Amino acid sequence: MRHGKYPFIVGFLILPVILYVVFVIGPYVQAFQIALTNWKGVSATPQYIGLENFTKLFEDEVFWAAVRHHGVLLLAVPAITIVIALFFSFLLNVAGGSKGGNLRGIWGSKFYRVVYFFPQVLAVAVVGVLFQAVYRPDETGVLNGLLNLVGIDNIGWLVNTDLALWSIIGVIIWQGVGFYVVLFSAGMASIPKDVYEAAALDGAGRFRLFFSITLPLLWDTVQVSWVYLGIAAFDAFALVQVLSVDRGGPDNATTVLPLEIWRNAFTYFKFGYASAMGVALFFMTITFAALTLRVTRREKIEF
Amino acid sequence: MSNPPSRPSEVSRRSMMRGLGLAAVAVPGAGVLASCATASPTPEAAPSSAAASSGATSPENPFGVKADAPLEVVIFKGGLGDAYATDIHQPLYKKKYPQATIKHVPTQQIAQTLTPRFASGDVPDMIANSGSDLMDNGALHQEGQLTELTQLFDAPSIDDPNKKVRETLVPGTVESGLIDGKPFVMNYVFTAFGLWYDAALFEKEGWAPPKDFTEFKALCEKIKAKGITPFAYAGKNAAYYAYWMICISAAKIGGNQVLVDLDNLTETSWTNDSVKQAAAAWAEIGKTYMDKSFEGLIHTEVQTRQNQGKVAFYPSGSWLENEQKKQTPDTFKYAICPTPSVTAADKMPYEAIRAAAGEGNIIPSKGKNVPGGLEYLRIMLSKEGARGFTEKSGNITVVKGAAAGLALSPGNTSVAAAQDAAGENIVTFSSFEGWYKELETELRKQTNALMFGRITADQFCAAMQKKATAVKNDSSITKQTRSL
Repeated sequence: MRHGKYPFIVGFLILPVILYVVFVIGPYVQAFQIALTNWKGVSATPQYIGLENFTKLFEDEVFWAAVRHHGVLLLAVPAITIVIALFFSFLLNVAGGSKGGNLRGIWGSKFYRVVYFFPQVLAVAVVGVLFQAVYRPDETGVLNGLLNLVGIDNIGWLVNTDLALWSIIGVIIWQGVGFYVVLFSAGMASIPKDVYEAAALDGAGRFRLFFSITLPLLWDTVQVSWVYLGIAAFDAFALVQVLSVDRGGPDNATTVLPLEIWRNAFTYFKFGYASAMGVALFFMTITFAALTLRVTRREKIEF
Repeated sequence: MSNPPSRPSEVSRRSMMRGLGLAAVAVPGAGVLASCATASPTPEAAPSSAAASSGATSPENPFGVKADAPLEVVIFKGGLGDAYATDIHQPLYKKKYPQATIKHVPTQQIAQTLTPRFASGDVPDMIANSGSDLMDNGALHQEGQLTELTQLFDAPSIDDPNKKVRETLVPGTVESGLIDGKPFVMNYVFTAFGLWYDAALFEKEGWAPPKDFTEFKALCEKIKAKGITPFAYAGKNAAYYAYWMICISAAKIGGNQVLVDLDNLTETSWTNDSVKQAAAAWAEIGKTYMDKSFEGLIHTEVQTRQNQGKVAFYPSGSWLENEQKKQTPDTFKYAICPTPSVTAADKMPYEAIRAAAGEGNIIPSKGKNVPGGLEYLRIMLSKEGARGFTEKSGNITVVKGAAAGLALSPGNTSVAAAQDAAGENIVTFSSFEGWYKELETELRKQTNALMFGRITADQFCAAMQKKATAVKNDSSITKQTRSL
């Protein structure tokens, strides 16, 4: 069978690789090319203007507002999501104590597992529309309606410039937690029971179990989640588009780079400038992923 | 029909995406990686109109229509229906040219129906290019697909051969269809912009539309005392409804030249006194009488609140009544009033109103019967054609005085009255909204900040001037100019 190996592999790979090159690598390379032009999206012959688009970026206050927001997202979204997801998955898998030698989750954990996953099933646009009603700034909003019941005045969730970005971060976390609960649950399920049993015999409580056993053995999964969530923090396009005041407002308070790229390309028809933003975003994402993987690298524990 | 001149940006964005989609479909065949989105075919040069199908011209037949040439008319069948075409305009054409056969094509998806036909060259002779799936007129023009309409507007009117067609139309109609300084689009429906209120409620309470801002504020106090929000707009997606009011007031204070200067990005166009006074006057109304929560609502939400009697004045255009048809209770009677005068020395009277022509009609340049298409438009612009349109669709046209004596909806009746009262005092449109989307986006942002009390009128003007200068100095943005 050996002699036919390469044609066999190539035969399988050629189609996906071509598709990947044409639809993923190609556009990436092209974005770098277009970023050096002042292409408006219509003419057949874009003019090359060197690095002008990039020097403009440095003076663009909207661009920097977006970058700052990514900084906030990057700190808040992965950290909060992972903490909540770890807490829930620990409750669902381990926190119920052991019975007949088997560790189990708290009562009703199978039901909760399904419930947590619900937001993940909804399309982002649906989530956006849902939270339009939740965050509506007058008394007809779900949250404000509830707050009014306990005598608290209306809060402008998406209208208040200090609060708007956090309201959107709340939605991102709400939507993301379910997936990571499932992911961490799977990770916890693969931790051998005898490790827990040994620890329990030595008298470890739930907290000790979590921090000394679960978390270290789950580290790989957490690390990958951190990268995923970080990259997601560089997106946030759809939710900001649907939820925020006048797309990125009020006063740039919620704008993000993908939104500005979209706006520059399809509203201003500055495809060159939009591509320059895209290139900047590309490098930010790559840097983040590389940094995270490097900083969080630890020795892998085999079991 | 859903939102005629109100959201041009989204239409062009949509057409743009579609265009890109088509380009992407066309690409894969041609050398995988080398093919690139920037390589598109060069547009063909525009051929002259009046192809082989034209006959002899005469005063009755200014475009030289061949009596037996078939005519194909594509009508967007949306909120206006298509009865005005089949029952009024086409019979009128048929009456003049009995030998001609007319092919009537109603569609709700103009672009999906016609884009492939434009690509293959088999185009109809007249298109009512409207709806949310309309074709991008600018793009069609760039491809040389549109017939210039100067000959139509300079042709003798059907009702009075001594008058040119352009003289029978509301001021600004021809200008509204300019592309690169020449008319290519015949905008047919008259749209008025101003403050909308419930005439029934105002009558019940004994309130009258305010003539100046002192009256406006006094009335707002009375309205507020009744527990109604005196003035509101939707900050989330319709900040432009508010900046329209600021622009209109600025034009009333300093004349239409103020708006032309804004379009031309002249040096102190935003910081001049007219704009400042207008911004300050509206900011006071917004800050004092509008709840903060309106910044987070969308236009239909605010409009519904008005229908429920929770909002008194709402800035919008004359599509509003139609848009709210389903939500409007029977007791609610839409009426429009002009924006109140800001100073006693305003250059334009209180009655002056902003009016614009919408619902574009185009004549493809590569059609088989271009003269027939032009003649069809001339018939639409006759008194009889325009009256029939208003009767069938309930909307007022750009033909002056054509709707006189017709039974109209409350909103349209008040628009017609406002049109009469304004006479020649028409506040001009703003082209920068379409020309410089960056400036427009900034204006939306700053308008919300101004109207919800985060910045002062001075800061508003300074911020806008800064952006206007930036746009002016940005070499990647093609500049356009206009004059009155």
